[in-house]
Amino acid sequence: MTNNKGGKGYGILVTFIVMYLFWILLSGIFDALHLGAGLICSAIVALISHDLFVKDGGLPFDKFWRLLVYIPWELWQIVLANLDVAYRVLHPKMPIDPMVIEFETTLRSDFALVTMANSITLTPGTITIIVEPERGKFWVHAVAKAPADALLVDQEMQNRVAEVYNEL
Amino acid sequence: MVELISIIDAIVTLFLALGLFFMFTGAIGLLRFPDFYTRLHATGKCDTLGEVLIIAGLLIYHLFVYSPGAELSVKLVPVKLLFLIAFIFLTNPTGTHALMKAAYTTGVKPWKLGEKRQ
Repeated sequence: MTNNKGGKGYGILVTFIVMYLFWILLSGIFDALHLGAGLICSAIVALISHDLFVKDGGLPFDKFWRLLVYIPWELWQIVLANLDVAYRVLHPKMPIDPMVIEFETTLRSDFALVTMANSITLTPGTITIIVEPERGKFWVHAVAKAPADALLVDQEMQNRVAEVYNEL
Repeated sequence: MVELISIIDAIVTLFLALGLFFMFTGAIGLLRFPDFYTRLHATGKCDTLGEVLIIAGLLIYHLFVYSPGAELSVKLVPVKLLFLIAFIFLTNPTGTHALMKAAYTTGVKPWKLGEKRQ
């Protein structure tokens, strides 16, 4: 994770700024009442729940650009996933052969594990069942053999995620 | 101007129709697939793209039909729709995963090829 700049105060400030920007975007009304109410609400939210929002002193902004490259690939995978499921659903013989697989990865940080788990669920034919953070272990339900092999043999996705978060 | 509107209409209709198709496929999958896990495959994935396509269609329509010349609070509606898309992409797989995990840890047995449907 990124370095912790000043700890608690930094977390509260970042949370407050993001919450207030979010408030302005959602309200779109710029009179004293709405701006003032937003100020008070964002302050309360920042004070109570800043530790949920900014964990370990900051978002991984240094990985942000590599994440931007990863997202379009992921979006394309989502389209493929939907076509794949649509094919299996609408095919008269329903070509499914479900299995539960498990494998270990080199990923350890929360962000990397969440990205990996959500990516597995969004890509064709696989859904994450359980993630074990200590060993980076994933239990995955696959709808057929081909999507299971993509994770077990090719390992393209875990390599991509590990590259984004520098955890190879 | 009339031509532009009709092109926009066609694109928006395409988005809505595609979204409906995927939502519909998800519903069919829910009925056809044999067990809890495979049904989650159908609904978890198709709902994500279906909803996002429908929202994207609404976004385009709003951008070209309602936004020009409107006040700022109306112009901000597409931003809210973008947030909706982002949150659907984040929360839909998480919800699917939570259901999966709950079923797996409480011992719902996955269906294997050749078994009777549950």
